[in-house]
Amino acid sequence: MGRYVARRLLQMIPVFLGTVTIIFFMTRMLPGDPAAAMWGDKAADPAQLAAFKHQMGLDVSKWQQYLNYMGDLFTGDFGTTMTGRKVTDLIGESFPVTIRLALLAFAFELIVGVAIGLFAGLRRGKAFDKSTLVLTLLLISIPVPVLGFIFQNVFAIQLGWITPTVQSSTNLGQLILPAIVLGSISLAYVARLTRTSIAENLKADYMRTAVAKGLPKRKVIGTHLLRNSMIPVVTFLGTDLGALMGGAIVTEGIFNVQGVGNALYHAIGRSEGATVSGFVVVLVLVYLFASLLVDLLYAVLDPRIRYA
Amino acid sequence: MRGASQAKWVVAAVAVALAATACGSGGSSGSSNGAANAQGTFSYQSTEPQNPLQPANAMEVGGGRIIKTLFKGLVDYDPSNGELRNQVADKIETTDAQNYTVTLKSGWTFHDGTPVTAKSFVDAWNWSANTKNNQINSDWFSDIQGYKDVHPEEGDPTAATMSGLKVVDDTHFTIALNGPVSYFEYKLGYTAFSPLPEVFFTDPAKYGQSPIGNGPYKFVSWEHNKAVTVAAYDKYAGVDKPKNGGIVFKNYSQAEGAYKDLVSDNLDVLDQVDPSDLASYKTDLGDRAVDQAQGAIQSISFSLYADDWKPENLAKVRQGLSMAIDRDTITKTVLNGSRQPANSWVAPGAMGYKDNTCGDACKYDPAKAKQLVTEGGGVPGNKITVLYNADGGHKEWVDAVCNSIRQATGVECVGDPKPDFKSSRDLIKNKKVDGLMRTGWVQDYPLNANYLRDVFGTGAAANDAGYSSPEFDKLAAEADKATSVKETADLYQKAEEQLAKDMPAIPLWYYKTTAGYSKNVQNVKYDSFGDPVFTQVEVKQK
Repeated sequence: MGRYVARRLLQMIPVFLGTVTIIFFMTRMLPGDPAAAMWGDKAADPAQLAAFKHQMGLDVSKWQQYLNYMGDLFTGDFGTTMTGRKVTDLIGESFPVTIRLALLAFAFELIVGVAIGLFAGLRRGKAFDKSTLVLTLLLISIPVPVLGFIFQNVFAIQLGWITPTVQSSTNLGQLILPAIVLGSISLAYVARLTRTSIAENLKADYMRTAVAKGLPKRKVIGTHLLRNSMIPVVTFLGTDLGALMGGAIVTEGIFNVQGVGNALYHAIGRSEGATVSGFVVVLVLVYLFASLLVDLLYAVLDPRIRYA
Repeated sequence: MRGASQAKWVVAAVAVALAATACGSGGSSGSSNGAANAQGTFSYQSTEPQNPLQPANAMEVGGGRIIKTLFKGLVDYDPSNGELRNQVADKIETTDAQNYTVTLKSGWTFHDGTPVTAKSFVDAWNWSANTKNNQINSDWFSDIQGYKDVHPEEGDPTAATMSGLKVVDDTHFTIALNGPVSYFEYKLGYTAFSPLPEVFFTDPAKYGQSPIGNGPYKFVSWEHNKAVTVAAYDKYAGVDKPKNGGIVFKNYSQAEGAYKDLVSDNLDVLDQVDPSDLASYKTDLGDRAVDQAQGAIQSISFSLYADDWKPENLAKVRQGLSMAIDRDTITKTVLNGSRQPANSWVAPGAMGYKDNTCGDACKYDPAKAKQLVTEGGGVPGNKITVLYNADGGHKEWVDAVCNSIRQATGVECVGDPKPDFKSSRDLIKNKKVDGLMRTGWVQDYPLNANYLRDVFGTGAAANDAGYSSPEFDKLAAEADKATSVKETADLYQKAEEQLAKDMPAIPLWYYKTTAGYSKNVQNVKYDSFGDPVFTQVEVKQK
């Protein structure tokens, strides 16, 4: 087990370097000059523009910029924005907000999704199962912005339970609604995956054995059925955690949450390579560790899986 | 000038009429004026400032508006009519429009208690103009003698100060310019010309995170990505003392969210209504909806440098095309009333604005339009294209304008979209357009010279049409030599008449401030830059 983890951690290094390299060159190829963009629609003063570029290290070749960037990265320096703020400061401000939002959404889709899927799978073909299929189909087909606007109008404007946008991104209570919107589509997938997996495993040999042994129903479902059925769900949830953190651009925009999605959106709009690659580097790390965690969970869930 | 004050009266009359109808209908919307709480604070829809809060470093609106409340320069613009008024300056004297003597009022202090002196201005300008200090608005000082020494076209500065600025004593300093610029005083109203306290120079970067100014509001806090808070400064010496206790500049990444917060009274003053709510905002907000002209104009220009458009006798054709555009209908339908039809090249609210300088050529008259186009010899190839950038929401109105031209004159007209602003701008800047192009102008300062000389003068940076008229240039040069701003503005009105004859660009419409405010505040007015007049906002007593 320990050797497996060590090997996986070592494998992360080339993956990490590769993605950072690709991201670096992709962001630097974004159209538009980030220094000139500071002047907006107006013509930039050439002398000042040159001074800016020199200060930002943009007046050397792309390869030299790449070497400088990688060198700085290993000393923990993610560079600065065009306006002189440290990218690490930006990351420090927005990641805690997004982590809160993503974890709330994650908890919502995990608890509600698995519960719905479990009941639907156990009562396959019954009314609850059928209505679950309709409901999840509906959730999958409604685009997130539409869902967000509906929630905003119903709960904030008409019922007045909450404010239309999040007034303080550090307030967990205010993040609940955006989290539900953010987690809703994944919720539908989790419910459907759980349902199918449960329904299939009901017919498995070990289930028959467990029932034949005379185990109480609670234990049959809880320990044997649910645990084994979780493998495809865990696979999905593992990658989804990364997607929730990086892909909340739309939800964060609607509810004015100042998290990673918003920061990325603005940075791309201003073609700020350093900010975009800094954020993506952190997201890559999140993905890598989430997938390692998923693989380790397999062994916990299914005793037949062993890592050496 | 005269036109501007008329416009003001029209706005006032409309406001009165609106207030009257609101009272008549029972006034249930809570719009009636109540007692104001002088200590009350209000929130405003803003965006995260892109740069440290230093006066010459704010070009985008997020930081620019905050700087405007924290600093006050020698002069500023009266928000109601765009006229210049003295603030820190007691008087600014000149005899030749090139050498100025500035006398300061005493009694002005920075928020840290230190006095505002002549040195505060001169040091601030020298620092801001210096290339090394990386201030975005550093080229605003280019009129001043010695600018080239602190801001050479290439390489490092050779001096730390501009030779044109001299401190005489605490309350006097002189400015020498490279040449006569009669409306230099007007430029001085821009925030880049604000004074800076001595503490600034010890650590400009740190200062940029918690600035100390001399304006109506003092800085309280800057929570990154969330809000900037300012509070009224009780020792403020200007004419526009705040009628409220302070402002919270709340960061919104999307206008839709801000609008919803405003409707539910979680936000007090709006910057701009988002496009998707334009159709309904007047019914949502009632008399709390704001709709007035802004200092910006949209037009389409001709590529006068291209062979097809060079012949001088084509002026009639250009006038005919202008007449073929149904501005009223397009602004009402396609643009949802978010623009106001233009009939001059200067937007209302700017000093020197004159109504209807375009005359009949900007009135929709399809029959006359067709006649003029035919008389002028017709359009080359009987087909025109209108170049625009596809990323700015221009497609709808360009198509509408083309339809209007096609139906009125029979000239084939199609839009020519380029993927983004930058690529369309490159073509226009390098004079590679053959036909018509979308052009626009946002005022730097509310004076007609800014709309005319900087856009239509021969060789001007924003002269996208490549227009070059000896008559226009002559009138503009005369206007620049005038010794008072008033005279300059009057002379520029004469130059504007030349544009009506040549029609190098067709004025389409002025931008409008479409905004609103919550039930918690009253007396919210907007200036020609589209900014609310922050100091006049009154917070209602709860």
